[in-house]
Amino acid sequence: MQSLILHTTTRMMIGVLVLFSLFLFFRGHDEPGGGFIGGLVGAGAFTLYAIAFGTAATRKILRIHPITLIAIGLASLVISGLIPMFMGDPFLTGKWLFLELGGSEVKLSTPLIFDIGVYLCVVGFIVAVIFSLEEEPLTF
Amino acid sequence: MNGLLVLPVVIPLITATLALLFRKSSAMQRWIGVAGMAVLLVSVAMLFRDVYGDGIQVLQLGTWEAPFGITLVADMLSMLMLGISAVMGLIIAIYSIYDIDKQREQFGYYPLLHILLMGVNGSFLTGDIFNLYVWFEVMLIASFILLALGNSRNQLQGALKYVIINLFSSLIFLFGVALLYGMTGTLNMADLALRLPEVENVGLVTTVAMIFLVSFGIKAAIFPLFFWLPASYHTPPVAISAIFGGLLTKVGVYALIRVFTLLFTQDVGYTHTILIWVAGFTMVTGVLGAASHYEFRKILSFHIVSQIGYMIMGLAFNTALGLMGAIFYVLHNILAKTNLFLISGIAQRLMGTFELKQMGGLYRHYPFLAALFLISAFALAGFPPLSGFWAKLTLVKAGLSLGEYVITAVAILVGLLTLFSMTKIWMTAFWAAVPEKGVPDHFGKMPLFGAGNLYIMVVPVMIVAGLIILVGLFAQPLLEICLTAAEQLLDPSVYIEAVMGPQ
Repeated sequence: MQSLILHTTTRMMIGVLVLFSLFLFFRGHDEPGGGFIGGLVGAGAFTLYAIAFGTAATRKILRIHPITLIAIGLASLVISGLIPMFMGDPFLTGKWLFLELGGSEVKLSTPLIFDIGVYLCVVGFIVAVIFSLEEEPLTF
Repeated sequence: MNGLLVLPVVIPLITATLALLFRKSSAMQRWIGVAGMAVLLVSVAMLFRDVYGDGIQVLQLGTWEAPFGITLVADMLSMLMLGISAVMGLIIAIYSIYDIDKQREQFGYYPLLHILLMGVNGSFLTGDIFNLYVWFEVMLIASFILLALGNSRNQLQGALKYVIINLFSSLIFLFGVALLYGMTGTLNMADLALRLPEVENVGLVTTVAMIFLVSFGIKAAIFPLFFWLPASYHTPPVAISAIFGGLLTKVGVYALIRVFTLLFTQDVGYTHTILIWVAGFTMVTGVLGAASHYEFRKILSFHIVSQIGYMIMGLAFNTALGLMGAIFYVLHNILAKTNLFLISGIAQRLMGTFELKQMGGLYRHYPFLAALFLISAFALAGFPPLSGFWAKLTLVKAGLSLGEYVITAVAILVGLLTLFSMTKIWMTAFWAAVPEKGVPDHFGKMPLFGAGNLYIMVVPVMIVAGLIILVGLFAQPLLEICLTAAEQLLDPSVYIEAVMGPQ
């Protein structure tokens, strides 16, 4: 769409939106938020960019094909489920790793990997839908 | 705890993910598809060994104990269903190599096929009624896309009917689950089985049972809820028709068997009488519908409906013999029905049409294909010594030992009518003279093996036909396993103890 206002605001907003989506994502660790809602906001950022600059430009800044994003997301889900199995526990059991980094405690866990998977799946799915609505003919 | 339990769900997911990553290359997707199904079959075989040797296997996902977490349970019924679904998955994966066109491959046919199988396997394994709903949805969403993939006009028409009625059925299912939860406060099936007998309002439990009957009945295509099936199953490519016709309705039957043996056994006189009536009408209407049609796959679709009736009949008897017959019937039917669909695909490749009136001469030019058809069709109709004979014999025996003469007579009569429509296909497509016009040039010249790569479609059909003969000739071991499954179903306390621990 040719609109100076939209172009300018989009350039300003996209970074903020992606950061906000990451904030929501990490906040979901203990508070409302998480992979799904974070992914929605992240997808919103790219959708806005696609409206302002077209899908070709959005593909360029996204770098990875949205379907590949879904695939990587699914792979993370599987991996987060399989890790506990190698440690002798049932599929999807939560495994935690507590690290001391610069005086604050960092909690790494398999649910985190799972959530990253959800995030990627949501972003990939919505962006793929938007692309196929915008583009003709369909590309998979 | 048995970690193997999760593999029938995870392996298709991994395969789908890999196929998605390699979506640009058709060759890679095909190989991943076949390899994934083969690994799945191996994992199911390993799990089968455990269940056969040590009884019901249970896995509490994420170490959340039942009834709070999601439990996967594998009893003999689940294992038999998983086994047949893995075999069919492998067969379809091979068949698809030739049958599915490039465009569908590029639009994600393989990932969806594996996701579909993941949903089917999940439904067979889960021990949680809400989780069953989730697996149904996984399966349905994959099937919606598979059905509509390709965008042809009649495909979309069929898909629309399929989608709407199945979403409606899921909604009813969800209502039923909500009512169950309201009455008992639990969703774990073993826990439900413990608490449902304590519910004071027996009428309400029976109502919920009927809600489940309608919901699963739509999915299993029983009378009078089957009309969507013949309207949609003949539209997509044959590989998709075959896996739908073979597996998907049977998931509905599995769910019916599960809930009507484990959960709703309070008022058997009422619920199972309805099941008997439903079974009779399903058999008759299905077979009559088939008699009135002249399109290869439509006839087969109506026969799916008719055959479902037999399985419901076995369930309605609610005896070890009846359930054993029903389970054996499911296995036999998946083999025979899928194979007939696959053969219809080969016939269509050769003749360029599914319309029986425009077909002919297949016996003369392709006697081997005719033999394969004959095996599957006779198995479906119940000729000794093929698999269908033992399935029907067991059910008839179960019916007679209960004194249910009317329904047994109906079952035998429907068997005869099944033979009638199989002969109809035989007389037209195989025995009639080659039609004068409209036959593709390659008819009669394209060999089943060799140039043209048609063998990719023929070999899976041969394997399934071989399995049908094997099951027929060595029915006893399989019947015994089915009997174990039936006995486990009739004595839910084993299932409950396996999931919930000693009571």
